[in-house]
Amino acid sequence: MKFGVVVFPGSNCDHDAWYAVSHILGQPAELLWHDSASVGDCDAVILPGGFAYGDYLRCGAIAKFSPVMGAVKEFARQGGLVLGICNGFQILVESGLLPGALIRNRGLKFICRPVKLRTETTDSPFSSAAAKGQVLTMPIAHGEGCYYADDRTLDQLEAEDRVVFRYVDNPNGSMRDIAGILNEGRNVLGMMPHPERASEPLMGSSDGLLVLQSMAAALTGSRA
Amino acid sequence: MITPELIASHQLSQEEYARIVALLGREPSYTELGIFSVMWSEHCSYKSSRLHLKKLPTRSELVVQGPGENAGIIDIGGGYAIAFKIESHNHPSFIEPFQGAATGVGGILRDIFTMGARPLAVMDSLRFGPLNDPQMGARNRRIVAGVVAGIAHYGNCFGVPTVGGECIFEPSYNGNPLVNVFALGVFKKDEIFYARASGVGNPVIYVGAKTGRDGIHGASMASAEFSEESSQKRPNVQVGDPFMEKLLLEACLEAMQTGAIVGIQDMGAAGLTCSTCEMGSRGGTGIEIDLKLVPQRATGMTPYEIMLSESQERMLLVVEKGREEEVVRVYKKWGLDAVIIGVVTGDGMLRVRDHGEVVAEIPNRALADEAPLYDRPHTTPRRDAPMEAPEFHSQDLAADLAALLSSPDLCAKNWIWEQYDHMVRTNTIQVPGGDAAIVRVKETGSSVAMALDGNGRYASLSPREGARLAVAECCRNLSVVGALPVAATNCLNFGNPERPEIMAQLVEAIEGMAEACRHFETPITGGNVSLYNETLGDPVFPTPVLGIVGLLKTGAPVTIDFKQPNQIVILLGGLGDCDETRFGGTEYAKVALNGLWGLPPALDMDYEKRVQAAMREIVEQGLAESAHDLSDGGLAVALAESSFGPAGIGAELSFQSDLRPEFLLFHEGPSRILISTGWPGEVCRIAAEHGVEALKAGFTVAGKITVLNRWETLIDCEVQPLRESWAGALEASLRG
Repeated sequence: MKFGVVVFPGSNCDHDAWYAVSHILGQPAELLWHDSASVGDCDAVILPGGFAYGDYLRCGAIAKFSPVMGAVKEFARQGGLVLGICNGFQILVESGLLPGALIRNRGLKFICRPVKLRTETTDSPFSSAAAKGQVLTMPIAHGEGCYYADDRTLDQLEAEDRVVFRYVDNPNGSMRDIAGILNEGRNVLGMMPHPERASEPLMGSSDGLLVLQSMAAALTGSRA
Repeated sequence: MITPELIASHQLSQEEYARIVALLGREPSYTELGIFSVMWSEHCSYKSSRLHLKKLPTRSELVVQGPGENAGIIDIGGGYAIAFKIESHNHPSFIEPFQGAATGVGGILRDIFTMGARPLAVMDSLRFGPLNDPQMGARNRRIVAGVVAGIAHYGNCFGVPTVGGECIFEPSYNGNPLVNVFALGVFKKDEIFYARASGVGNPVIYVGAKTGRDGIHGASMASAEFSEESSQKRPNVQVGDPFMEKLLLEACLEAMQTGAIVGIQDMGAAGLTCSTCEMGSRGGTGIEIDLKLVPQRATGMTPYEIMLSESQERMLLVVEKGREEEVVRVYKKWGLDAVIIGVVTGDGMLRVRDHGEVVAEIPNRALADEAPLYDRPHTTPRRDAPMEAPEFHSQDLAADLAALLSSPDLCAKNWIWEQYDHMVRTNTIQVPGGDAAIVRVKETGSSVAMALDGNGRYASLSPREGARLAVAECCRNLSVVGALPVAATNCLNFGNPERPEIMAQLVEAIEGMAEACRHFETPITGGNVSLYNETLGDPVFPTPVLGIVGLLKTGAPVTIDFKQPNQIVILLGGLGDCDETRFGGTEYAKVALNGLWGLPPALDMDYEKRVQAAMREIVEQGLAESAHDLSDGGLAVALAESSFGPAGIGAELSFQSDLRPEFLLFHEGPSRILISTGWPGEVCRIAAEHGVEALKAGFTVAGKITVLNRWETLIDCEVQPLRESWAGALEASLRG
């Protein structure tokens, strides 16, 4: 299996995601340049954190027009696994791969600190390695991570069991404490917390590795 | 026509102007006058401090590059090196806090990656006026919020973790906040790039952002005092674009891999002027450029404006002739301008053309190396504080401790550092809030610890002792986490050096720092001097700030908080000593007594060095379950901070001391570290081998802080309420 990590101009967690997959999870990973029109032979794609295109205009608003996002959309349509972390989540939302929006944090300040997340569903290729209800510790680092959607969308997300992670103590004002959601096909996850920053004990937590391990297990399963 | 008024408005003296005329053998043009004025400004030329900076030690076996380049470089082993430096952005941050602080971060980051190093960490040393000042409080709160948001904006977007620093409030910074930014980067030892223009005929390439009218005369602004009209200088402050800087970083590091780059320098203070003449001067060559080729974002810019612009996120490269295309291609890939604007010449001249016509022609050495050098008169250091101590007697020691812990200097600074991305690049092993930050180097399996320290109160009482104490404390902070201090960078923040009593502060601080850096074997590899930190004649406290780096193996860090009950608490170094005079610089004197008098705490550098060596051995042998150095607020504050961990474990300590209670609890004598351990015998044995005291002071307990002296209870309180007021105090003060 091979993971691809997209590099937009302004991505700054690309190397961290690549390192977590290649050196800690121990699976092959390559960087995908933003103007490539395909995701190559990658079996899973990660949209990393950072400030793609400077986050000018609006977070993710310019990134959605980059050539690689056309390829990522097609890859997702065919059922490929796509994980958007932080800025990657914002890009998925802007691209229409996930519903809702991410707006300025309640309190209007950038927040960087570890938070506790409750695993709401294990019925996904991103959370199967965790236990339902398991509380995971991962850091957040964002200024615009307040998840917003209308009630109908929120009801639908809940009815379809598409909320994967909720904050135990909501740090940013996200509606219904949402920290990470799936698309309808359950093969695209967007989450504001950073699993790649919580992938080894030296970083204070290894809980994020469960997300990558779940993906690896799903890919192995689909091959078998 | 160059008039005396024009000369004065460029902050050049008549003597300096005469020197320019002598060096050129003619009157300068308007553009040339502008070029001289920025290169000979205090900010660029160090004309008041250079003579004394020579007293600092700059060499050791590990120093690869000392002062004089964009940053100092240290060999960290395994084929890798680190580049690091601290720089001030005080004046711009006062005029426009957000952009001033943001571009301070941008500037120091370019100093690091222009040498080929990837930035690994940033730290900030901040000084502001009091948040509750009746007149200035509201403005000070705005400045704090603006500076912190500016640092966060730039560092977070660029993608470098901001891993620590310090933040102190004093009335002397009311009109002159200090924003000192430290950055550190890592690279392979054989892939270092220098800012030298060599190879006659090699093309000079401009890369990065376009040149605009922002920041013209920023360097001269930073070399003058502030007056009531200073807000009119806002256009002198540059505007930062961290996204552009991120692209510039990636493009530069990639372009360096081509092997075609001969020399590279960022355009910081004095912009195109400084980069051209310094690269030429260092390379012993000349540089000729044509301004019509410089990418510009404003129309109708004059040669004067283009040469003096301090637009951010720009670099100047010298590239091997014939290989321009390889380099330009990389910048194009990252969407950046890369334009050949000139050529390296053999005549040692900076020659500036505008559409072919020569508008400036100056020997590089005249600008970079022939700048005026002043031995300014210095008398006795200015001091406003009395020597005599007031009468005082504490009514309630526990209440005093609570007041100290919720004072802006000592309270938790999470409000600040949680706005900084301190984890990006997944190398941060010790996050902000510890004694020193620790960042691992993935490539070598080793880590770098770093700390910033400076105490303006101490230095105001004795600049010499204050500087020595800053070096000692910084090294101690590193030793507490087990790191061996190896090298330093300094930022010297002072008032107007033309006043002999201020100049004396500077001279004594440098001499004290030199003495301590020699003693602790931490040579100064670079830094920055910021003078004229005065508004309407009121200078800041003399504030020498040290940034020291240490090396250690990568592993789980020793942190300051007690982990479990029933561990033995040891005061390594002992209780220390104090008297009325040496108590006047403490935080207790400031917060509880609203006073400042006497002298800073006494420092025995030999003893300090032995305490630190013992501490490092204790950490290396895995004997310290927690460790925290005693500094601001003394023993009681260190004990409380050690109790504020997630486990909520406090301690019960008992002494047999003749010190009066205020001194015992709150004196700030150096060379002391509070340790909790399960192996007290081993710890004491190591201490004895190093000839230092290890006082078994008590044991850890759940939820309580108790201190007794000769069976009399001095403090007996719960951890939780103290912790809450400590944690929430800064945000409460900022609300005003």
